[in-house]
Amino acid sequence: MDVKVNIRRYDPDAGAPASFWQEFSLAVPETATVLDALIQIREEMDGTLSLRCSCRSAICGSCAMRVNGHAVLACKTRASESLNSEGVVTVEPAGNMPVVKDLVVDFDTFWDKIRAVEPYLQPQGPEPEGEYIASNESMLHLSSVTACIMCGACVSDCTVLEVDPTFLGPAALAKAYRFTADPRDGDAAGVSQRRLEQLSLPSGMWDCTRCNECVQVCPKGVAPMDRIMALREQAISLGLGDNNGARHAEAFTESVAHSGRLDELRLPVKTVGMFNLPALFSFLPVGLRAMTHGKLPPLVHKSVENVQSVRRLFSKVSQPPK
Amino acid sequence: MKYAYFPGCVSQGGAPELHTATKLICQKLGIEIQEISGWTCCGAGVMQEKNQLFSDTLNARTFAKAEQAGLPILTICSTCQGVMGQANLRMKRDPEYLAQINSYLAEEGLEYKGTAEPKHLLWILIEDYGLDNLLAQVTRPLSGLRVAPFYGCYIVRPTEALDIEEHPERQTSLETLIEKVGATLVDFAGKTRCCGFPILTINEKNSVAMVAKHTAEVKELGADAMVTPCPLCHLNLDGYQPKASKQLNRSINLPILHLPQLIGLALGFSHQEMGLQKHIIDTKPLQLKIGAGS
Repeated sequence: MDVKVNIRRYDPDAGAPASFWQEFSLAVPETATVLDALIQIREEMDGTLSLRCSCRSAICGSCAMRVNGHAVLACKTRASESLNSEGVVTVEPAGNMPVVKDLVVDFDTFWDKIRAVEPYLQPQGPEPEGEYIASNESMLHLSSVTACIMCGACVSDCTVLEVDPTFLGPAALAKAYRFTADPRDGDAAGVSQRRLEQLSLPSGMWDCTRCNECVQVCPKGVAPMDRIMALREQAISLGLGDNNGARHAEAFTESVAHSGRLDELRLPVKTVGMFNLPALFSFLPVGLRAMTHGKLPPLVHKSVENVQSVRRLFSKVSQPPK
Repeated sequence: MKYAYFPGCVSQGGAPELHTATKLICQKLGIEIQEISGWTCCGAGVMQEKNQLFSDTLNARTFAKAEQAGLPILTICSTCQGVMGQANLRMKRDPEYLAQINSYLAEEGLEYKGTAEPKHLLWILIEDYGLDNLLAQVTRPLSGLRVAPFYGCYIVRPTEALDIEEHPERQTSLETLIEKVGATLVDFAGKTRCCGFPILTINEKNSVAMVAKHTAEVKELGADAMVTPCPLCHLNLDGYQPKASKQLNRSINLPILHLPQLIGLALGFSHQEMGLQKHIIDTKPLQLKIGAGS
């Protein structure tokens, strides 16, 4: 099978370092992965091509890179399924991390953030006489998060990290959930209050936009964003609600539970806090612009017909299971 | 062709022009839409942080009402589409979960049988209505207009809730429509990224930075406008573009169109009928280019 591999290359030792595109034409077996093609290029065509790889079996997490614009493990991606109509596959280094050379990126910030969530069990209750007991159910629940191989695919394609490098990011937050959801972590009841307080700070769980990029690109089904949502649920249920993110989720749900639909006018006010005058003041220009263009949400928010049934549904689903 | 219409909260609040444009183009195209009585918010992905069961139950209630009417559901919002698709998937995969939800719905005399397949207008125009039929109705081809696509996260990810495997053409549906109505496609990598709206009131700086990044990028590529099937993206990309300009310290001025507005302009509607005067970013340069006077 003939393929053209278009690679974004970068050499810091070049005279004027800047990334550039280089296309390689080669014949590979039908079953070749993108990684196979890259290794073949390095061995037979251009020995200066730099990339990371090891296991070639989607276990080690070394070869995360962008293929056709999205992060993948190159060893888990078939070349034949990645070609466009001209027979070209595009390969770039992972995003949101500085490029060292060609397809190799610097993982320092990745590991700093993993370390920042203190990725080890911290039991706070009294020590049990024997071993810590964790139910099979709770361990099974964690198995999807512990499947993380730290490849950085989620970090590469995170839309928040693209504009704010201080964000903890999907990998570290999913790792944090691995501990907040572990019954052996935290107090005797398995509640990791201190962790959740830390994670509720700016650059933490509430800065995620819920864009699903990390869920889509994770090669191991960790679904980091779903873990971030679970962290939010844990934080809210612990009463850690003194931030815009938690207030937003609370006020949103309250609005829909009351009227069946979202009250777009009051949601932002309740999110920043009714008495947060500077924040409320900052809404004024946007509100005025909306008003002069005839698109301010209705001042009187109407309930849906038969709203009683919606309110009853809310009270029913909110009852703890019998 | 008849559908159970799910307008979504934003078309009833911050983006009323979307609702108006949808009704007008559907009428013109002969697509009958019947609003689902007493429909409720889809949860927008926010309610799942607080109470996913409530969010899923409300969507099941909407689905059950459409089933009762015997009509397929038409959505006009990427976020509604995605959230409903995800809720539907959870219920279809787990009969016990569906049974639990149906036990709540029973009091209102409703039962969700699991047959609903909510479908965005974007997909309906291509898959049900047909591009040739659409083209036959185009009276004002938007030739010369350079338009960039912007999907909105939930209509592209996660793919398993969007039947992408069965309908791979959905991944390029917006580009297809842009070209079908005679406009020139301005393609860019950011088209499937996030507009930043969900964190607008949580981290405005980051949210506005996303608006700045995408709008400035396509403006530099020479786009006259951007089109989106998601009113939440519209709220941010249009409404917060002035703040994005400030953040970048230069003007952007990129008109943002709702999908039905782009179609409507090609069907011969005036800019007034399509509600372009309701936009925050001035759409006059765009109107002049295609001759869409009132």
